[in-house]
Amino acid sequence: MRRRNVAARRLVDLAMRLAAGGAAAAGILALAWILATVVARGSSAFSWDFFTRLPTPPGVAGGGLANAMLGTLLLTGLAALVSIPIGLMAGVYLAEFGRESRFAAAVRMATNILMGVPSIISGVFVYTMLVATLGHFSGYAGAVALALIMLPVLVRTTEDMLLLVPGALREAGLALGTPRWRVTRDIVLRGARKGLLTGVLLAVARVSGETAPLLFTSLNSPYWPGRLAQPTANLTVTIFSYAMSPFRDWQAQAWGAAMLITLGVLAASLCARLLVRGK
Amino acid sequence: MAVSGRRLPSPAADRIFRAAAGLCALSVLVLLALLVSTLGWKSLPAVRAFGAGFIWSNAWNPVTGAYGALSSISGTIASTLIALLLAVPLSLTIAFFLVELAPPAVSRPVGVAIELLAAVPSIIYGMWGLFVFAPLMSRHLQPALARLGGGSSLFAGAPMGIGVLTAGLILALMILPFMTAVVRDVFSLVPTVVKEAAYGLGATTWEVARQVTLRYGLRGVIGAGVLGLGRAIGETMAVTFVIGNEHRLSLSLFAPGNTIASTLANEFSEASDPLYVSSLVYLGAILLMISVGIQWAAHSWLARVERRSGAWR
Amino acid sequence: MKRLLALSVALIIGISAGSVRAAAPVAINGAGASFPFPIYSQWAYKYEQTTGVKLNYQSIGSGGGITQIKAKTVDFGASDAPLKTDELKQAGLVQFPMVIGGVVPVVNLPGIPSGKIRLTPALLADIFLGTVKRWDDLALKAENPGVNLPAKEIVVVHRSDGSGTTWIFTNYLDKVSPEWHGKVGTEKAVSWPAGVGGKGNEGVAAFVQQAEGTIGYVEYAYAVQNKLAAVQLRNRAGKYVTPSIASFQAAAAGADWKGAPGFSLVLTDQPGEGSWPITGATFILVQKEQGDGARARAMLSFFDWCLRSGAAQAEKLDYVPLPTGVIELVEATWKGEVRSAGTAVWP
Repeated sequence: MRRRNVAARRLVDLAMRLAAGGAAAAGILALAWILATVVARGSSAFSWDFFTRLPTPPGVAGGGLANAMLGTLLLTGLAALVSIPIGLMAGVYLAEFGRESRFAAAVRMATNILMGVPSIISGVFVYTMLVATLGHFSGYAGAVALALIMLPVLVRTTEDMLLLVPGALREAGLALGTPRWRVTRDIVLRGARKGLLTGVLLAVARVSGETAPLLFTSLNSPYWPGRLAQPTANLTVTIFSYAMSPFRDWQAQAWGAAMLITLGVLAASLCARLLVRGK
Repeated sequence: MAVSGRRLPSPAADRIFRAAAGLCALSVLVLLALLVSTLGWKSLPAVRAFGAGFIWSNAWNPVTGAYGALSSISGTIASTLIALLLAVPLSLTIAFFLVELAPPAVSRPVGVAIELLAAVPSIIYGMWGLFVFAPLMSRHLQPALARLGGGSSLFAGAPMGIGVLTAGLILALMILPFMTAVVRDVFSLVPTVVKEAAYGLGATTWEVARQVTLRYGLRGVIGAGVLGLGRAIGETMAVTFVIGNEHRLSLSLFAPGNTIASTLANEFSEASDPLYVSSLVYLGAILLMISVGIQWAAHSWLARVERRSGAWR
Repeated sequence: MKRLLALSVALIIGISAGSVRAAAPVAINGAGASFPFPIYSQWAYKYEQTTGVKLNYQSIGSGGGITQIKAKTVDFGASDAPLKTDELKQAGLVQFPMVIGGVVPVVNLPGIPSGKIRLTPALLADIFLGTVKRWDDLALKAENPGVNLPAKEIVVVHRSDGSGTTWIFTNYLDKVSPEWHGKVGTEKAVSWPAGVGGKGNEGVAAFVQQAEGTIGYVEYAYAVQNKLAAVQLRNRAGKYVTPSIASFQAAAAGADWKGAPGFSLVLTDQPGEGSWPITGATFILVQKEQGDGARARAMLSFFDWCLRSGAAQAEKLDYVPLPTGVIELVEATWKGEVRSAGTAVWP
């Protein structure tokens, strides 16, 4: 009786192991297939023209997405410029000065809520505030929409990383007579800088792949980004409109742009991991 | 930073620093307040016109000015449900595979790959869904499902390749890496000593997985599921490509539909009539309330899990 | 590391703050109908090569074009559905036609070449109403003897966004099918009884291209550029016509532009043996009161160039250019109605 029990249990165990391995393989294969498609279709669009020329109308050969690449860099860079200082300082406040206060608890709750806002809502919000009121689509509105998404992530990461720095270090600095702000800058921030950089990298990477916030704010443009108070070219909205189009050359370019963004995001994520590992 | 011969620390500088940091923290609150109030203000005309009946009205007629959220909400729920039904078991099995079954030579690179995939922009999934997966669905999978279903209304309709089912499947693939990473972290939090005790008593790997690891990490797994749910509900790009953009209710999974996010993406920039715009913002406000509620539930649940298992936070 | 950071910050601020292209004026922004997008984008491209003036046209649908020009977020809007005079007056807009094209039902039936399938107006309406559900329906078979129609369900593809192309198409169906008139009506966005929605002419063309057994409606240039199979339609004179620039011209031949206030003219179901029944003009909307006179003049110069020098390009894409008489009427309207600070912007 006992022997049968054990055999049955072993059988079930083997079956479940196989099922687990199979399911894992299926899931991983599907994901690998997606990446493979992106690489295969995307790299065929890569050419000198792709990286240096402006878009041409459908049917005219030799077009590229150089303006969209520059636009995405500009918009993401501007969003980072706005959200990093604010996010960092807010995180500093929460970690250093706001351990107990109700104000800090409210800020933490607000941060969590903002993190749960779908990115398209961010676009709707910024459209209402900055596009409809000012009367035109603009790169600035797009950058603000992206910054809105980055901000709560940066606040949370900064607070988490700063809390990892041992309190003893702070106390040592203060005991030596260092002013609070210098302790924060030279001891705490410096000590957490690898983690902070990781957080910034991940936030920037995530936001550079966002389409929805830019749909109604910066729109798109077939020209170089000049004055940002106009519709500004960017890769993600371009992918959206090109991919939904029936023009083969545009679809190919959409894959190319998709691969470019994926590579960029993967590179940033890898850098972040290496930084943390190196700690 | 010499100790002697230095001027005394200025309390003013500290006060300024603290004030600046506090201002930045305040800006987060201000931003949230602005967001909520703007959405509330803009959706007011629609709220006044339709009230709470908006939620279960199936109308969507820009011509007559009748709007209702039912088809968008049901599409959101249907696609998210399909996504979770697939992604939760798959993430559990993959995480289990990585933590218990795979040798480190396999589990480490696969684990890294999964984490990297979680960072891939969602528009990629939408594109792959439209160009690679939808033709596959329309030519092979949907006819097969229709035959298996034997005429059930769940699989009725022409196999177009796009629709609620396809959107759900693409969503499942999109949230899979992210959920697998979280579940794997939860599983690795289970103390080895408990598992070893079970093995010592003669349990098989599967029994340890089901009765020890899963039971121990149940809260964390649920939290991961809720997080995945939150992401799937607000997802725009992965869905808009393949859901078919129809404001119609249908029992069939093959039918096109829409989600709140895809409706906004498709119709917001062209809505001119104030009631139309207001109804769209009303939709967005509903989405915001749902996803924020879910995110909040997930975070507080996960925080309780971590506290219980003695993690550093 | 710090220097690199400072340098990149400075670069971003520098590029953002200043104009990169100091020579050419700021781009003129337009948005709207996807119907004329193939020709507008070609014209803008050529115009920039010739004069250096940039024109950024975004295809977001006629509904979007009307919204954005009313909200003044763009310099001009484009719509295939003409606005009525009272709406124009209320919004302070000036409307004029730019080019004429045809809306064409397209199908994806492997093995059946373009122009083979014949449809009567009633059949077309029934397919889009969802009452004719299969390709091997008896009525379709009767109309197309000798054509090997597959035993498949018909998948209808329509527009998901507010579209002037939809307006033209439903205007035609409304005229020829009393059932359509009663059930659906004509508008830029209607409550479709059947089918899947694609975004823009581009989206519909993409869906039809990808899935078999589909039928959709697109502007003719999209059918040609993407090698989609068009259908033959029976027109008012009882003849079966294929879409082509000749059949669009035949439909436009009898149009009375002078007698139409605001140029609000509908060209569907026109008499004539060679007329394509679903022909339509596409319109530009600009603000009556222009804030920046120089910018307005630059914009009208572009339209003038398109109307006078762009005919060949339009014909190559199978659009019908406006006849000279109508161009004069249009420019007279500019002279009379488009003003900046009290003075006429044109010429």
